[in-house]
Amino acid sequence: MKPTDIAAPDYFHKVVDCQWACPAHTPVPEYIRLIAQGRYSDAYMINWKSNVFPGILGRTCDRPCEPACRRGRVEETPVAICRLKRVAADFKDDITQRLPRPSAKNGKRVAFVGGGPASLTVARDLAPLGYHCTVFDGDPQAGGMMRSQIPKFRLPNSVIDEETGYILNLGVDFKGGHRIESMKALLAEKYDAIFVGSGAPRGRELDIPGRKEAAANVHIGIDWLSSVSFGHTDKIGKRVIVLGGGNTAMDCCRTARRLGGEEVKVVVRSGFEEMKASPWEKEDALHEDIPILNFLVPVAFVHDDGKLTGITFQKVKAEYDAKGRRNLVPSGEPDQTIECDDVLVAVGQENAFPWIEQDCGIEFDKWHMPKVDPKTFVSTNPKVFFGGDASFGPKNIIWAVAQGHDAALSIHRMLSGEDITERPLPEVHVSSQKMGIHEWSYDNDISNDKRFKVPHRDKVIALKDIRTEVELGYDVKLALGEAERCLNCDVETVFSTSLCIECDACVDICPMDCITFTENGEEADLRQRLKAPSPRPDQDLYVSSDLKTGRVMVKDEDVCLHCGLCAERCPTGAWDMQKYFIEMTYAGSACPTKSRSAA
Amino acid sequence: MTYIAKPKFHHPGLKKNELGYTHRDYEGKISTLCAGCGHDSITASIIEACYELSIEPHRVAKISGIGCSSKTPDYFLGNSHGFNTVHGRMPSVLTGANLANRDLIYLGVSGDGDSASIGFGQFAHSIRRGVNMTYIVENNGVYGLTKGQFSATADRGSKSKKGATNTDNAIDLVAIALQLGATFVARSFSGDKSQLVPLIAAAIGHKGASFIDVISPCIAFNNHAGSTKSFDYVREHNDAVNRLDVLVGRDPIAVDYAPGTVQMVEQHDGSKIALRKIDADYDPHDRLGAQTFLQKHAAKGQIVTGLLYVDPDAEDLHEHLNTVETPLNTLEADTLCPGSAMLDKFNASLR
Repeated sequence: MKPTDIAAPDYFHKVVDCQWACPAHTPVPEYIRLIAQGRYSDAYMINWKSNVFPGILGRTCDRPCEPACRRGRVEETPVAICRLKRVAADFKDDITQRLPRPSAKNGKRVAFVGGGPASLTVARDLAPLGYHCTVFDGDPQAGGMMRSQIPKFRLPNSVIDEETGYILNLGVDFKGGHRIESMKALLAEKYDAIFVGSGAPRGRELDIPGRKEAAANVHIGIDWLSSVSFGHTDKIGKRVIVLGGGNTAMDCCRTARRLGGEEVKVVVRSGFEEMKASPWEKEDALHEDIPILNFLVPVAFVHDDGKLTGITFQKVKAEYDAKGRRNLVPSGEPDQTIECDDVLVAVGQENAFPWIEQDCGIEFDKWHMPKVDPKTFVSTNPKVFFGGDASFGPKNIIWAVAQGHDAALSIHRMLSGEDITERPLPEVHVSSQKMGIHEWSYDNDISNDKRFKVPHRDKVIALKDIRTEVELGYDVKLALGEAERCLNCDVETVFSTSLCIECDACVDICPMDCITFTENGEEADLRQRLKAPSPRPDQDLYVSSDLKTGRVMVKDEDVCLHCGLCAERCPTGAWDMQKYFIEMTYAGSACPTKSRSAA
Repeated sequence: MTYIAKPKFHHPGLKKNELGYTHRDYEGKISTLCAGCGHDSITASIIEACYELSIEPHRVAKISGIGCSSKTPDYFLGNSHGFNTVHGRMPSVLTGANLANRDLIYLGVSGDGDSASIGFGQFAHSIRRGVNMTYIVENNGVYGLTKGQFSATADRGSKSKKGATNTDNAIDLVAIALQLGATFVARSFSGDKSQLVPLIAAAIGHKGASFIDVISPCIAFNNHAGSTKSFDYVREHNDAVNRLDVLVGRDPIAVDYAPGTVQMVEQHDGSKIALRKIDADYDPHDRLGAQTFLQKHAAKGQIVTGLLYVDPDAEDLHEHLNTVETPLNTLEADTLCPGSAMLDKFNASLR
């Protein structure tokens, strides 16, 4: 193999698995260290810059970082990254002085369709640069689906108010209760740019016999949740069936339990493992005595003269074809009818753009989705940008944020007369963490603790009030314990070939057998000859240039604990622990800036 | 010195030996030696050898004297018996322990100061008596703990870190061991684990006095130009006569050797040593030849490494003394002291 080019910005970024997996590339280990030091406000600001909604995401994020977390490969469970984010939000001081100030306007006007996470992220990035941002939303308050679809017992309004407030206070003009009904009309208002962050607002229908007749008791999940959110709905029948296996279904069933549903069941076509809902959300539902029934396909709503009495299901089983694809085929068992008073249909969401006229210069593909460039988020109309669920279909808040940042950069470049396809490279800092002979600026003593559970409110109390938050969040002590579990994957092992005397000290001390000195070879061959098995080709090998004996140093990044013992036991300083910090490119950060970051 | 404990986590894919242990289970405390010390590599090699042989840690007694080398038993086999003796007295304590309990595996760990100076006589007598042990000298040619004076194994003409030239002749412990009748004699280098690990494993399997001289560079005081025990010097002058693989019964490794290049040596414990010859003329069963070979090469400035001599049919001290099979320390009082009638009978036999 060729010597690894550690100067490539992506090389060490990939080693920070959590940050690499995060769509917004939040510097996770950096803020976790700050939490461990009790510097909650600093930790919050790192998050705020990167993911805009730390308090909201700390409660609701889909956590792509956690399955990626190296700790999950070293022991059973990853670091509770998401809930630590909430800790930063919960314990921070007043941070308003640290926020950007509304700046003098630059005369450019940008309109936003929808006031959800994507639009707010774009506005957050553009408003401090002097853009006049006007956000239109059909709902009276900002937040979009974060406010309308996520139940209050998971995400209190106070958190949404606070974090949307930070953005709106940057001088963003929010027009609540103002639904955009015509793109043509909006274009006619001569905005310099338009950002569409209108989400995926339509719940998918379930068109099976009895749907029309039983309509009074069959509700579309996201509409129903939204109606509950705004206080229009406050009760439901005693026996409720929720159809669907995603996170919306989990929100529906748990909400139903709080509005009078005594026998709430979730019925899913697929098996339990394949359900789209996050494992922890399924767990929370089960904890609230909601059974999840699998391998049942709804075939008809049963009604008694228009009064819903139940649903008939066909029993299926999973079969896998030669390519390993799963098919659900009838199991041959008799159909099953489950009685119920109300049904919540949560079988998916769709995009809908009935308000975009055909002659706006915005082209749609065969799936009726706007043609959007995945890098710049520009549509076929160069002034119109899409982001969030509106661009590539339903995803999670953190994706909307990441796309928002990219779209904001495009808008800023376009309105500065620059080529939007040119994306300035991120800024990377790599610096030694050595403080003394065996002292580092980070805590390299590895904690053996298992993942700490987030305390929950007592179930009896939690189920009584739909606005009572179930999760209490970590207290300071638990947060410290959990933060200490982080392996500091951003503090990288950096090897200098010229200093190495091949004494084997690093090989001997490495607790994870990551390091091997051997003859060079092709990657597949090298992986066979390492000191410990190397089962994950997605984890890079760090290969040195030729050493004095003609061998090379090969380090498998896979399960490195970043404990720094290789560097501590190295007599010549050939190993050093260096912190990698990547500053993503945001609107306005085209030129490298000397920004202050926490050490 | 590293202040943190070595993390307990280990690679999830680590192989386990016959006893269900990973090599991590054979570790001791974290080393307090200087970073990069050759001794730490020898520690790692002992760990590896014991892991590969699936040795039960409680069956090992590790005994050492004084010095950097003699600290190392703290860093391996944390669940074994240990005795850190007075300077140079490891061999006699080991001999005593071996006489009392012949069932344990004895690992004597010493250094060039501990064995070639203050304990030279002790070393000689334990070898001469054929105590069943593995005697490892971690040889760096320098007194590291007192900041770099020449030790008795430092080569004449080699330079100290401060620039002084050694005018004394060196003691070659391998040559002495051969002369005193050690039945397993080897030399290796801490920077060559592929040679050292099987040597230690083979030495443990040998019944009789096994001696391994391991050249182990002292990073702090003896790894400079002019030293003959530095990484660079040893790598340049290393003349390995053979390489070996230790084949333990349960492990039917399909060894594919070119015919005529391999010599199989059967050991007492049933294991086999597959000796791959590098020097075609070298015969590891010829004590005299080994001595000559060693001196000829030493005169040329070469460091001969490998398994230099082995007598597969060796006897140990217990056989010489005709002691009972049962370890003496487990004999009951009535066996040890069978009563006055027995004494009378015994006395009568001598009259």
